[in-house]
Order: sequence, then structure tokens, then C-alpha cells
Amino acid sequence: MQFMLLFSRQGKLRLQKWYVPLSDTQKKKISREVIQMVLARKPKMCSFLEWRDLKIVYKRYASLYFCCAVEDQENELITLEIIHRYVELLDKYFGSVCELDIIFNFEKAYYILDEFILGGEAQETSKKNVLKAIEQADMLQEEAETPRSVLEEIGLT
Amino acid sequence: MTPSVRLQEMIRVIRSARTQGEERGIIQKECAEIRAQFRQTDNGERSHSLAKLLYVHMLGYPAHFGQMECVRLIASPRYSEKRIGYLGAMMLLDEKQDASLLITNSIKNDLSHSSQYVQSLALCTLACMGSSEMCRDLAPEIERLLRASTSYIKKKATLCAVHIIRKVPELAELFTPSARSLLSEKNHGVLHGAVVLITELCERNAETLDKFRKAVPELVTIMKGLVTSSYSPEHNVAGISDPFLQVRILRLLRILGHNNDSASDAMNDLLAQVATNTDSSKTAGSAVLYETVLTIMDINSESGLRVLAVNILGRFLLNNDRNIRYISMTSLQKIVQTDHNAVQRHRGTIVDCLKDQDTSVKRRALELSLALVSPVNIRSMMKELLIFLSSCPVELRSQTASGIFNAAERYSPSKRWHIDTILHVLTTAGGDVRDETVPNLIQLITTASELHCYTVHKLYRALVKDISQQSLVQVACWCIGEYGDLLLKGECEEIEPVQVTEDDVLDALETVLQSHMSAPATRGFALTATMKLSTRITDNVDRIRSIVSIYGSCIDLELQQRAVEYNALFKKYDHMRAAVLERMPLMEKNSPGHTNGDSSGEIKEPEPAKTKPVEPILLSEPANQVCDLLDLLGGTDTPVQPSSAPTSTATTTSSADLLDLLGGLEPTPVPAVTVYEKNGVSLKIQCDSQTDTDITVTLIASNSTQNDISNFTLQAAVPKSVQLQMKAPSGNVIAAHGLGQVTQTVLLNNPNKVSLKMRVRVSYSDQGTMLQDTVQIDSFPSPSWNSQPSIGVL
Repeated sequence: MQFMLLFSRQGKLRLQKWYVPLSDTQKKKISREVIQMVLARKPKMCSFLEWRDLKIVYKRYASLYFCCAVEDQENELITLEIIHRYVELLDKYFGSVCELDIIFNFEKAYYILDEFILGGEAQETSKKNVLKAIEQADMLQEEAETPRSVLEEIGLT
Repeated sequence: MTPSVRLQEMIRVIRSARTQGEERGIIQKECAEIRAQFRQTDNGERSHSLAKLLYVHMLGYPAHFGQMECVRLIASPRYSEKRIGYLGAMMLLDEKQDASLLITNSIKNDLSHSSQYVQSLALCTLACMGSSEMCRDLAPEIERLLRASTSYIKKKATLCAVHIIRKVPELAELFTPSARSLLSEKNHGVLHGAVVLITELCERNAETLDKFRKAVPELVTIMKGLVTSSYSPEHNVAGISDPFLQVRILRLLRILGHNNDSASDAMNDLLAQVATNTDSSKTAGSAVLYETVLTIMDINSESGLRVLAVNILGRFLLNNDRNIRYISMTSLQKIVQTDHNAVQRHRGTIVDCLKDQDTSVKRRALELSLALVSPVNIRSMMKELLIFLSSCPVELRSQTASGIFNAAERYSPSKRWHIDTILHVLTTAGGDVRDETVPNLIQLITTASELHCYTVHKLYRALVKDISQQSLVQVACWCIGEYGDLLLKGECEEIEPVQVTEDDVLDALETVLQSHMSAPATRGFALTATMKLSTRITDNVDRIRSIVSIYGSCIDLELQQRAVEYNALFKKYDHMRAAVLERMPLMEKNSPGHTNGDSSGEIKEPEPAKTKPVEPILLSEPANQVCDLLDLLGGTDTPVQPSSAPTSTATTTSSADLLDLLGGLEPTPVPAVTVYEKNGVSLKIQCDSQTDTDITVTLIASNSTQNDISNFTLQAAVPKSVQLQMKAPSGNVIAAHGLGQVTQTVLLNNPNKVSLKMRVRVSYSDQGTMLQDTVQIDSFPSPSWNSQPSIGVL
């Protein structure tokens, strides 16, 4: 996988993950181009389209499009399953996930994605393992923040 | 308030902005606060400030000033700061910036961190954005982690190795031994990573590929375990056990089995089992089946297995899910050449997909249908494709039309069918055909002599019905110009008789000429056709003369020039009109299926070249000679041959003289050879070599008729690399009864010693009648240059 984009039906970018080195300018240009291309597709069209020498695989869940660019030899159907798995992970983590969850907790959406996909490849095929790792990391983060809260409470800031 | 609450508050405020300007104002204010926070010493607020900046960055605003903050947070001992710091690095840094160099050491340290979650952050960042330098520095660390105790780290390190190999291929050897041992793991994540790593290694190195072929039995065992395993909720997806891992193993097996019989044999049974037992009612199962099919098709599998694979794709074509129909079509297209018969069995289903709602599926169905056309099914397939052409999306019309043309050309059962099919396309999608269609069709029509009458009738009717289809109109005009006499006969057998009058035809052509819908090229076709008709009809020549005269002052220069030439043909050279405008000879294609630009241009404008009249020159002068040479050279590619009788005479005479030449022993001068004799006028040629590149040619004309010949002139042309200089003739009157002669000397310089050719034009008046003829001289009676060709003539 070369990149993944999450965007709304109005074309607003909600998450972008790049697995190939590109300048900011290139990323912006590609994002705009791919978003326009996908939004121009009709609902009756299939989820695959050819773009440059890659394949774009996308699927819409509620108000959000999940879109990946994969190499030519990649299996499009398994890529759809990867997208679906990511949606399931978000759904389990946030509980009936919606676009607002991803907007207000975008860094969490990134953490979950990074626990599922590494270097553009699926790293864990067990849903349970991914969620467990995220929970552990979240707990570690909370532990790091607790001492400061206690200090604040007794007025020693 | 917790940091995340402050972040969410900022997001809420930004989202409440009613205008773009208001949003910009809010963000400017927030960025100022973020910068201030970054400038302060450690205050525990850095991580949420960076989080805010990352959100701003996602909206498209500049965030580069946060890069150094990422570097600092990565180095922090606090996990919360490391976490957001690494995320920021992946979002804000790219490998070309200096900052990415600064984090290499932090990543290196974190790879050895006591917490596996910190190690995880470092591994993730390296795999996402590691530069070549970073990969070289950290490769040994990753190799060490491949032997880590926990599968959580091992699986990530494995995919890091994949990234490193992609960036620095020469480091592949470092990871090969570990990759092999990872296949013994039970954890699915580690196994998955191992298979991806081995795939990457094999794709990059043939030797490594060969070594890993020994792993085929292991992979088959793992795969069988997945396929036959009892229900395991952890990895089950819609009834399929870990489809992600299955697909990767199948892909690796494909690479290992490619062009290798023993490896292919080892996986044969497994592939048959997967192909037979996998449930395709959900996407996950279809993904596994799809990968199985791709593997079967790419290895040396037995034919029964290949047929099974094609049948799976055939079932996919009937699936309700258009995604599955699409990938099936894509796969069938890849194998249609190698497994043609198996794919043909699904032709009906493929053709049905032309009616699919999805343009992508339609496009695939079109490409596949065109690939399946054969001599056996040409008629039925073409019927389907012509139906498709009349209803398909605009963006597919051009491709459909071209495909139909190519298929018709390769497999047409008869010329009439071929012409009918192309006319059908031109009337349906004439605006979408490519430019070479017109010359190709014209060439086809000329070769079908028995169908000229039929064709011109069909085209005439199509023209009268619709003059907006330019390609069709051009072909129709050309055809009417060539075969207008057949049209007027009205005796075509295959078509119901309709009486067409000369005025009807001229009305149609004049409509094309005057229509605002006609392209300039189309008008050119119409004008030329009109002119040609002047020698095909009997009653309306004056009307044609009038039409041509009008266009002599046309604004379109191309059309004007043509019309002026045609006018001259009517006035000064009317005696030549019939010959100039007679039927075109058969045209041969330059190459099957295509016509190059030059040929296309030639076919489109044959008449102007032929109808360029040149006034005879009474006296040769350098300026006139230049014009004459250019004109004559223009016809070099299509040499004009003398009529048969003179040729025969010339040949006989040449042979006799050559025999005489061989019999004689005189070195110089070479006797004169007669190269032209007609109506009592004869022309002889005598050559004398000055040097090995210079030759003097003497042209001697004589007159054996009853009357003197006046206004006698000669013009000559030679290939471009030869320089020609004509001396003044000895006179322009040749007395009757062979008493007089005109002599003219031509000096030739041939520095490249090319095969010498010369074309000579003879013009003269006989009792007030102007006559003109051209003769080509291909061999000169010379002792040096053309000795071989001369002997060849014998």
C-alpha cells in the first residue's frame, strides 16, 4: 500500500497516511486528485479504478470514504477486507463509530491504524490483538499523565 | 482539563467557523499560541500543543515549524510525549529534511527500550518513513529484533525488514536466514510478516527465489492447516480462516511455482483443494479464490486445474457484486491469449456484461469481447458489438469503433460483409472513429471491384440521409467521385433499384460543399469528387465547371488552390482532363491494420498532385529548370510508365543495342540507344563519362513523320543527390522525314554514385496539336556505373 486517505462526502480530508516518501506539495496534489476522482464515481460503480500505475480501492461507510492506493499486483478484494477490518477496529474502539469520533479523536484513529498496518502492510490479522495493544498503550499514556494531575490538585503546579 | 479536552475544544472552535476567512483567523491565533508553547521550557503541555498543530496540518495549513518539536518529543522519557512525537514525525517530516536525520539516534535507542510499546513506536516510524541512510544505520538492530522473544515485536520487525529491503536492496542478504526460520512461528501476525518478507526477497533475487523453493512443502502445510482448521473465532472472517494470511501465502506460492515444474507439482493438490472448498459467498472467500486462480494461472499447473480456475472466473462473472465481476473480467483478459478455448466457453456471459451498469465493467467487457472475436464467431460477436456501439458511453465509442474495425479486417467472412460493417460503424459513431479509418476504408473499397456499384449506392444513400458524420461523408464523396457512373446506371443487383440523376448527385455534393457542418478536409473531398464526375457524366459538365469556378475565390486557401487548378484543367488542358481524372489504381496497404501519415496524406490528396499542369517551356532557362525539376521530382515515388507499345519497342531496341555493345570492343564513345519512340518521334540517348562521378548525356530527337514538328522541348529530372545541368537545345523544330534533329546535352554529377535514374518529359506541337509524354530512363549505356544493371536487363 502506498497511501490511505479518509475523506468526507464533501471532500474534506479526515486522515492521510503515506507509506512512500513524498513532498508536502505532492501529497496535497495527489490527495486533491484522488478525492475528486473517487467522489466523481457513481454509487453503482465498482470499488476499483486504475490511476497512474497503481490501483485505487475505495469504499464508503456512512459519510466517510476509505481509500487506498495499492500496487498493480495486489489483490483488490483482500484490500477491501483490510479497509473493512480497519472500520471494524474503529467501531469497536469508539463504539458505533461516526465521522465526528474521527474528527475529534483523529490521533487515536492514527494510533489504531499504526497498530494494524505497518509500512503499508497488514501486520496483525487478529482483531483482538490489535485492540488489546491499543488498550495497553492508552493505559501507559494515562499512567504518564496521572502524577501531574495529582500535583495540580494540591496546588503545587 | 485534560490535554485531549483542550485539543477537542480547539477543534470545536475551528469547526464552528462560518467562513473560510474566519477559520483562517482562528487558526492564526491558535498557531501563535502553539509557537509560544513550543518556545517555553518543559511544561507538560507540549504534547497537546503538537496534537493541535497536527490537526491544523491536516486541514492543509502550514505546520513545518513543528518539526523540531517532534524531534524533541521523540527524545522525551514520557510515553505520552513520545507517542504524539512519533506521530508528528510521520506526518510532518519527509526523508529529505535534516530533521529526519536527527531522529535516527532516538529511534535506535527506542528500539532497545524496555517497553515494547515504545519499541513499537520506533518500528512503526522506521517502516513508514525510514530513509536509505536511516535504514542502513538501523538494519542490524532490526535483524536482532527478528529474533526477539515476543511475537508483538517480531511481527513489526519483520515488516520493518521489508521496508529496509525496498529502500536498500543490497541489505536483503542480512535478513534471509531469519526469514527462513520465521516460517516456524505459530503466531499469525509473525507468519504473515514472514511471508511478506520472503515474497520481497524472492522477487528481488533469483538465487534467493531458488533457495526458498525448498520451503514450498512448509508453506503448503501451513496453508492446509488454515484451510482445514476447525472454527477459530480469533482469525475467522465470514467463515474463512485468516484470509489475509491465506492470500499472502498463495501469492508467495505463485512466485515460487512460476516456471518451475517440481514446485508447481508440490502445490497442485493444495490449489485444487482451496479452489474446490473455499466458500465464495462473501468478499473474504472470493479474495482467497481470486488469489488461487491467479496462482494457478501463473505456475505450471496441469490443464484440468487451469480449466477449474477459468470456471471460477466464469462463476465470478455471474456474481451480484460488481467488484467481483470486475476483477474476474480483468483476470480473464490476462489469460485470454494462453487459455483461449477455456475463456471462449464464457463468451456469452462476457458479452452480457456489456450491458452492466458500471462503466468500468463495461470497459473490461469490451476489451475482453474484442479479444474473443474469432473467424468462427465473427458474425454474432460483431452483431453484439454493433448493438453496444449504439448505446455505449461516449468515452468508449472510439475504442469500440476501432476494435470493430480491427476485428472486421482480421476475420471478415466476405468483402461485402466487411464494407457493410464499416459503413454501419460510420453511420452510428462516425464522429468517434480515428483519422486513419477513411484511408483504410477507401483502400478496402478499391480492392473490392465487384462491389463498387453496391458500395457507391449505399454510400450515396447514407450521404443524402446525414451529412454530419464527417468520416462517412469523406468516404462517400470519394466513392461517388470514383464510381459516379456506376451510381447513375442504377443497375446494382444487391440493392433495390433507385433512379439517381446527375443533378441529384451534384445536389448532394454541393450540399456538402456549402454545409456549415463540413470540415475543410470534407469540402476538399467534395470538390474533388465533383471534378471527377466531369468525366463520369455527360449532361451537366457545365454545372460542374460553374461550381469549380465559384471556389476559385474561396477564402479557404487549400480549397481555392484546388479550384484554380481544376479551372485550369477545364480551360487550358481540357484534352488531358479525361486521363488525369480517370479511376485510381488499386492501393496497397503499407502495413496490415494501420496506415502511416504519409500514405494517409497521399490518399487524401491524390488529385492535386496529378492535376498540376505545367506550361511547356519554349526555351530552357535555369529558373524554369528549377521549377521543372521540382515538379518532376514530386512524382518520383510513383513513376509514370509509358504505354505498352513504346515500352515493348524500347525494350527490344535496348536489348539489340546492348547486345551490340557487348559484341563491340570500342571503349568510347558508347553508341546511342533509343529510349522513346511514339507517333514517329524518337529520342535517343548517348552517354560519355568524364570522371567516375561525372557523365555527359546527349539527347537526340528525330522526326520521321510527314510534317515538321515545332515547339519541341525536353525537360529532365534526376534523384536529389544527383546534380543536373541542361544545356540549351540545338533548336525547337524537327524537320519531317527524318531530315532534321534536335540535340540537347545534359551534364550529371553523381558524387554518391547512386543508381542513376532520369525522367524526361517530351513536349511538342504537330500541326497545331500540343502533345506531351514522359519517359523514365533506368539504365544508362555506360561502362562504369551501370554495368551490372545493364547486364541485368539482358
